Amino acid sequence: MIWVNAVIQGLLLGGLYAMFSCGLSLMFGVMRFVNLAHGDFAVLSAYAAYVLVEHAGGTPLWTFAAVIPAAAVVGFLLQRFLLDRALIGSSLSPLLVTFGLSILIENVLQQSFGANNESLFVGSLSYDSWRINNSIYLGRLDVIVFVIAVALIGGLQLFLSRSRTGRMMRATADNRRAAALSGVNQRRVRALATAIALASVAIGGLFLAMRTSFTPTSGSNDLIFAFESVIIGGLGNLWGTLLGGLILGVSQTIGSQINPADGILAGHLVFLAILAYRPQGIIASRYADS
Amino acid sequence: MTLLRLDAVTAHYGHLQALDELSLSLEIGEILAVIGANGAGKSTLLSLVSGELTPSQGSVYFDGADVTSLEPYRRVRLGISLVPEGRHVFGTLTTEENLLVGGASRRPGPWNLDTVYDVFPFIKKRRRTRAALLSGGEQQAVAIGRSLMSNPSLLLLDEVSLGLAPVIVRDLYVALRQVAEGGTTLLLVEQDLTEALGIADHVLCLLEGRVALTGTPENLTQSQVLDAYFGRRTVVTDEGEVPS
Repeated sequence: MIWVNAVIQGLLLGGLYAMFSCGLSLMFGVMRFVNLAHGDFAVLSAYAAYVLVEHAGGTPLWTFAAVIPAAAVVGFLLQRFLLDRALIGSSLSPLLVTFGLSILIENVLQQSFGANNESLFVGSLSYDSWRINNSIYLGRLDVIVFVIAVALIGGLQLFLSRSRTGRMMRATADNRRAAALSGVNQRRVRALATAIALASVAIGGLFLAMRTSFTPTSGSNDLIFAFESVIIGGLGNLWGTLLGGLILGVSQTIGSQINPADGILAGHLVFLAILAYRPQGIIASRYADS
Repeated sequence: MTLLRLDAVTAHYGHLQALDELSLSLEIGEILAVIGANGAGKSTLLSLVSGELTPSQGSVYFDGADVTSLEPYRRVRLGISLVPEGRHVFGTLTTEENLLVGGASRRPGPWNLDTVYDVFPFIKKRRRTRAALLSGGEQQAVAIGRSLMSNPSLLLLDEVSLGLAPVIVRDLYVALRQVAEGGTTLLLVEQDLTEALGIADHVLCLLEGRVALTGTPENLTQSQVLDAYFGRRTVVTDEGEVPS
């Protein structure tokens, strides 16, 4: 029964990873670069919520309404005024720019808030659970996160496959030149993709902050989990990213069950094994060039 | 009325000069075929009109407005659409999605999914198929259809016949005649001389970035065209003698 529990807890944890990584996956799909500051934006959102609660009080839950739109606006402007310029250069320059951004965010946060662990306290929600039987309890917050992660990814996938703008994003991901020649305003498409990516990672960042704790530098660690989820699932494929998050989560909890200190290591090993034996990911990319 | 005018445009790729003070004008409803050997500057000419390349000197006017430095997607909104060489369909999108992306500019006009399927009936039954899985001829039809969806007043076609069986090329040109009869102006670059001369009102032969020959298909003999094509000797154009 403890193994069943490990798998279930792993799936719930994987939901959070998937929520974290879908924005990374979307940005990579549309622009072909990995945003190395992705995890730091999650942490930045968490600090934003932290400050809001400090000053305005109440439960951190209301801060979603402020932080998510703000993250989207930041994403839009970031793409317009910084990343778009980096994209003109070599394929290395957006990587360097986001790497620099990551260092900048971490240091500004450290300067302003110190290196302490912080957390968003959501009262009894952080420890309430549903009892399934004597050895399996489902954390209420974990289940909420999981349901929202699936809804978020399903919604994003629906947006990409059905909406006009989503179609233009897929066209841009598929063939940039042909998209421009078809009259797609790619500056707008890219800015929207980054806006969506940052809004989604803000949701992930807030839930992470409620579920565990965060420090100014924990974003780099979060980026690794997000990156692993994306690679395991298959680059640029959102359902794959969900699956990747779940596989990573389950690997970590099963690893912890074997030896409490080896959870993270087990996740990394599964990631490396997939990279070695199925580098295209569990679900091969549908964005792949024809 | 003049739809497109190139005024002494010079274009470079790095240090390589691809076009040398080229001028041309295109009337509404006209079909101009640009021919020439590899490297003569044909595709460069199309890039200048589509906006993918900005000339180092000279200007491009479309519909009376200077569009020399306008981005490609903005030119699509003005009514210029390029069917690129090698088709470049969105392989991961279905046929129908490819066409819908082509309508991104929301320009009003006669073209929509139904009218495109009327002209290219053979892609209608493939409308739910991913474009990567289509045959070369089907992909070319999708690429042309996608351009038509933007309701262009000027359609640029780069090597429509490339890599396709003659029977398919013939079908595509039948469709292009229908498009032209609808009032769309065509500027096509082609290596298939038979098809190009068959459809064009005017022919322009480029040689090393300059005009080597212009005329109407009726007034040009095959040897004149071939001489200009390969740059064998000085040839005579409408405007007089041009050294080749």
